[in-house]
Formats: sequence, C-alpha cells, structure tokens
Amino acid sequence: MSERSNTRGGTEFLAVSKDDLSERHTISVLVDNEAGVLARVIGLFSGRGYNIESLTVAETDVSKHLSRITVVTSGTPMIIEQIKNQLRRLVPVHKVTDLTVEGPSLEREMALVKVQGTGEKRVESMRIADIFRAHVVDATIESFVFEMTGSTEKVNAFINLMQPLGLIDVSRTGVVAIARGPEA
Amino acid sequence: MAVEPITGAEIIVKALIDQGVDVIFGYPGGAVLPLYDALFKQNRIKHILVRHEQAAVHAAEGYARSTGKVGVVLVTSGPGATNAVTGLTDALMDSIPIVCLTGQVPTHLIGNDAFQEADTTGITRPCTKHNYLVKAIEDLSRKVHEAFYVAKSGRPGPVVIDLPKDIQQAKYEYVNHAGQKHRSYNPPVRPDRAQVEKAIEAMAHAKRPLFYIGGGCINSGPQACALLTEFVRMTGFPCTQTLMGLGAFPGSDPLSLGMVGMHGMYESNLAMHDCDVMINIGARFDDRVTGKLTAFSPGSKKIHVDIDPSSINKNIRVDIPVVGDVGHVVEEMMRIWKARQIKPDAKALSTWWDQINKWRARDCLKYRPSEQVIKPQYALQRLYAAIKDKDFYITTEVGQHQMWAAQFLKFEQPNHWMTSGGLGTMGYGLPAAYGVQVAHPESLVIDVAGEASIMMNIQEMSTLVQYRLPVKIFILNNKWMGMVRQWQELLHGGRYSESYSDALPDFVKLAEAFGAKGLRAEKVGELDDVIAKMLATPGPVIVDCAVDERENCFPMIPSGAAHNEMLLGPDDQSAKPISEEGMVLV
Repeated sequence: MSERSNTRGGTEFLAVSKDDLSERHTISVLVDNEAGVLARVIGLFSGRGYNIESLTVAETDVSKHLSRITVVTSGTPMIIEQIKNQLRRLVPVHKVTDLTVEGPSLEREMALVKVQGTGEKRVESMRIADIFRAHVVDATIESFVFEMTGSTEKVNAFINLMQPLGLIDVSRTGVVAIARGPEA
Repeated sequence: MAVEPITGAEIIVKALIDQGVDVIFGYPGGAVLPLYDALFKQNRIKHILVRHEQAAVHAAEGYARSTGKVGVVLVTSGPGATNAVTGLTDALMDSIPIVCLTGQVPTHLIGNDAFQEADTTGITRPCTKHNYLVKAIEDLSRKVHEAFYVAKSGRPGPVVIDLPKDIQQAKYEYVNHAGQKHRSYNPPVRPDRAQVEKAIEAMAHAKRPLFYIGGGCINSGPQACALLTEFVRMTGFPCTQTLMGLGAFPGSDPLSLGMVGMHGMYESNLAMHDCDVMINIGARFDDRVTGKLTAFSPGSKKIHVDIDPSSINKNIRVDIPVVGDVGHVVEEMMRIWKARQIKPDAKALSTWWDQINKWRARDCLKYRPSEQVIKPQYALQRLYAAIKDKDFYITTEVGQHQMWAAQFLKFEQPNHWMTSGGLGTMGYGLPAAYGVQVAHPESLVIDVAGEASIMMNIQEMSTLVQYRLPVKIFILNNKWMGMVRQWQELLHGGRYSESYSDALPDFVKLAEAFGAKGLRAEKVGELDDVIAKMLATPGPVIVDCAVDERENCFPMIPSGAAHNEMLLGPDDQSAKPISEEGMVLV
C-alpha cells in the first residue's frame, strides 16, 4: 500500500507517517447483555469512522448476562489502540482483548453456500465440498446447500471455487475467535 | 424489616436526596407529571423552572462546574429530551458531570409513535457518557444511583435516565445503592509508578520545559489544582493553560504564560513550539491548541497525564503516557521529585525564561486604543479592574468576546470560569451563569456575552427574574457575529455572508420588559460608570456595551498554520495567506 487509506480525513494535518500501514485486528469484547449494547459498539465505530470488516455477537454466559462481541477491524496501530481504548470506556464493557496481538488465537467462520446446477458441475461441487470438509445440509435435484466452517481465508477459497459451479447464494456468520491455551 | 413500597417517582426523589442533590433544573410535561408531583410533596430539593430544556442542561453545567458536584436536569419526553441534546453534547465535550432525567411514554406505548415519544436513549447514545432506559421498577433505584456514579467517575460526563411514565407510578421498595461497586466500569485513578518515574526523569533533564494544563485538573478538584500549583512552583517551569484549564493555576503567577492555542498568548504558543519537555496534565491536544499537527512542538518529549486512556495518542503521539487522576499523579510526582532532590538545570532554565520573556515583551494583547469608540478589549480591562478584588465567577457565550474574556480576565482559582470549550455552544453563558448563581447566591456572576449569542437563550431572562438571580450580563455589542465576520474577512475575501446582526432588539428595553435592569454604554467615558452601576444593582442586569464593530481578535494562529506562524495583530494580517487546506478546517 503506497498511500495509506486515511479514514479520518486530512493529509498533512495528521501526525501520521506513511509507514503507518493499516493492520487487520480481531478484537473480542465481553459486554453486559443489555438493551442497546450492540448499538453502543456499532455507534462508536461509525461515529468515529473506524472500519468494521466483520462483527458477531451472542450471549455466552446466560447466568451472568454476558455477551461476546467479536469485531474484525483494520487501521494503523494508533487507530487500533484508539479503538480498544474507546471500547474500554463504554460502561457495559467488561473486557477488551486484542486476539491478534495477545498470543495465539483461533478464528472460525461458518458459511451456508447454495449451489445450483446439474450434471458434471453438480458432481464437481460435491467433490470440492468433500475436500473442504463441507457437508450438505439441504439438497434438491438441482441444488445443494453446503455448510462449511473454517478461517475466513478458507471460507473465501471455498466460495471462489463454487463460483463457476453454480453458486447462487451465500450466508456467512462473520468471525468468532478465542485465545489458545488454558487461560480465559 | 419489610420496607414499605413507594412509587417510582418517590424512589427517584429519595435517590436524588441520598445523592446529595439540592437543586434540579427542569421543565415539566406530560410524561414527568408523577415526578413533578413527588417533587411538590417534598422540600429538600429545590426546582428551578427554566424556559427551554437546553438551558436546563447548561444551567446544570454551570452548577456542576462551579461546585464540582453533579448537575441534575429534569425534562419531559419527546421535545423535552430532544431540546436537551445540545446541552448534553456540550457536557460530553467538556467532561461535565450531569444526570439528566427524561420522561418517556409508558412502556407499553414505546415504539408506537405515541404522543411526545422520541427514541431518547437512541438519540442521546452518542452525546452522553452513558444512558439508561428503565423498563422495570425493580431496576429503578439501582440505575439512578449508578447514573451518579458513572457521571462523576473517571472522566466525568452526562448520563441520561429515560423514565417511562408507568415506571414513575409503579410501586416498589426503595434501596439505597449509593457506593456500590460497579460490575464493569471501574476506571483507575492511581497512576503506574514506573510511568511517573519516567516522567520525572524527563523533567529533571529538561532544558526548555513547559507545563500544559487543562480542564482535567479542574475536574480533579480544587485540592488537585492547589497541589499542581505547588508542584509547578517547586519546579520553576513555565505553565500554560488551555481554555478549559484557566484557573487551575493562578493566572497572575509569574510562572503562568496564560492561555495557549488559536487565540492564546504569543509566548505560550511559541514556548509550546520550542519546548523540549512538554508536561501535559489533563489536556487533550485539542485541534484549537495544536494547530497544524505535523508542525506541533516538533522537538519535544511529551508527557501526557490523563484519566482517560483514549485521550492518549489520539491526535499527538506522546512519549510518556501516565493514566490516572491529576490529583493522584501530581502527588506521586511531587513525592518522587522531593525524594530524589531534583534540581533542574538552573542555567538552561534561565536561558529558557530569557527567551520566554522576549516573547512576552512583544505584548501580544496590544491593541490600538481609541477615544472615539469603546474597544472590546478595553471594556474587558475596565470590567476586570472593577471586579478583580471581588469573589467573581465568569461565564461566556461563544465567539470573539469569549476569546477576549479568556485573554483579558485572570482567574486565580479553579471553578470560577465557565465557558463552552469543546462544542462551542452559543447561548451557553446565560443559563450557565444562573446555574452558578444558584450554587453561589452571594457571589458576583457575570455572563460576558456577544449580542448574537445572547439571543440564542434570551428567554432565560425570565428565569433570572423569577428566582431573583442577580446575574450580570455584559454584552460586547459589535452588531456582528464577530468571529464569523473575522473569518470572512481573513479567509473569504471580506464577503460578509449573513453575519450582520440585523434587527437587534433594544437590550435596555428588553431587560426592562423582562423586569430586569438595562444599562447602555456607547462612549468610552461612560464605560466605568456603567460597570459601577451594574455592580451596584442588586438584581439581574443587562449591559449593552457598544464596541468597535471592526475589531478582530488577536493574536491568532490561522487555521492550518503552526504555532510559530501566529499572527500578532492587524498589521500582521496579510503576512501569509491562509492555505487551501487551512480553509477546509474550521
């Protein structure tokens, strides 16, 4: 990237040097599961001009009413630091973890991929699904719905391969992530 | 022991009393009638009836800023809440602790576009520190107490509690939740010692140090400011203040360089540009202070003390961040400074002061005096001369008069200067002034105003008169939206688009119409007399002071320029044209 994309406007008025390249980070946010909490997080991103590449949210601890929001975002190191500090400032936020920098972590995404076709294309889509360990969750004479899980890259690769084989619809969950190892 | 159930409205009043609230600024309406009924039946909390909900929030801000307590607002649903939005945003930008109670339609009507319904929590989410919608009576007392905790903890800010009418009428037991630990929001106040050590190390070796102090010092409290003052004097370093930080360090102290920033002092800005160690305490490198970021204090090592980690490295990369409350950080700094018996480099420091004194000698606030017309600067000088030995509080509106007030009035203690810094809200000064007056009934409270700004909340004259609040409104009337006119002159080729204050009221008659006193000064010779009369009048007064229409506010860092490209005065104006990129900035 030669000219870094600048989400915050201005040119020489920003104290950002050109070697500040944009990085992709996966941030895990543990929040109280209360009304409006997702709007607070999303509003923070849109209000301050940060990027959201993917966002997932679900309650993870029913007894404590805690939800986990996993956000994949991109920005310069200064912006990423800002995002984390801004998130920590929100009242219902318990913990913010940057899975990209804080030790090894796992990322998974699930996709439902609908492919329409007959004959050789249909057979080929089954073969590729096998290689990707996707399985069929719905079938008609002229279509399949595959369910597949993997990293974002793997899901992208699978979808790209299905493109010429009659891909007609995709639904993806977005990224969920967790740190490796015994610690929470 | 069983507790007797009481109504939601009574629970709220009890919680407010337990939080030490003695005054509420508000305006009734359908959705808050149960609460107003509960207020009617008690006499611990005084209610000030405002004339517009925006003013209620500004008044609560004035109250909060002059006392250090949380300001409380009560408004109805729909338009009551939407009118409060400007005030809430103002309080958010300036980090002022406010709890704003808004009425809401009954829970079963929410989402139905009911009469006077607005999505208050949705609308106020980006302009509050936090907000609550109370949907169950069981949560009510906890949420009210929590709102106060959130408003005043860490970096303070406004909190909205949206109260559906049926919740105000439902019955439940009241439990005092004050002082309960919050389950997620617990901002640290004590700094990391290692970071403070690093900061002291940098300060000990500084040759051209500069304290740059802001509103965070004032929010930390008068004791923190006193401690900071002691520390600055211990070091002998120069100290500049932001617009929000005026009063945190005594303005007349020889170590004070006065205000920094766009209309700050020449010596402050030059010192900021040339310093080698910058000690930022409770300021946030706002764009009005930094000017062009790439040229901002290029050679300095920067220490940044802030209670809010998100303020650090936001605009300016700093070398030594210290997260914590100003009072705690300065205490730790002083302890280490004394323990290590640090002696700053006296020779370097004296060279630095020589340089600063050379800049001071330029006398950047100099203006061309006049016998024919009252210069706004002169009016403020005469005002200051008349009040400086009194216990005075100043609020302002927004514009040229605000900057002149910041330049020409000196503040020796914190909490005496209330101005809309971050949001720049015209119409702030009058309601803020009576918020201060309510908290300090015996003190002199002056709203330094412009004729355009004052019109934005002029209806509040009625509030002044109703409660006999003796606020003095000192209008520097130049018949123009002065700052707009100044920018049009400097940046837009003198095309004065819509900036003339046409069809102005007769402010003397206007004051009289409201039942207050009106005074006018048109000639230089009348000024002192009018100021004396204003101060001698027991009730509220409007002074209409006709000042030079063409006067511009200097010194000035043109937008997009660096500190050392500051314009000193009218003769300096055409020195350098403002760049295209500078014109884009506000």
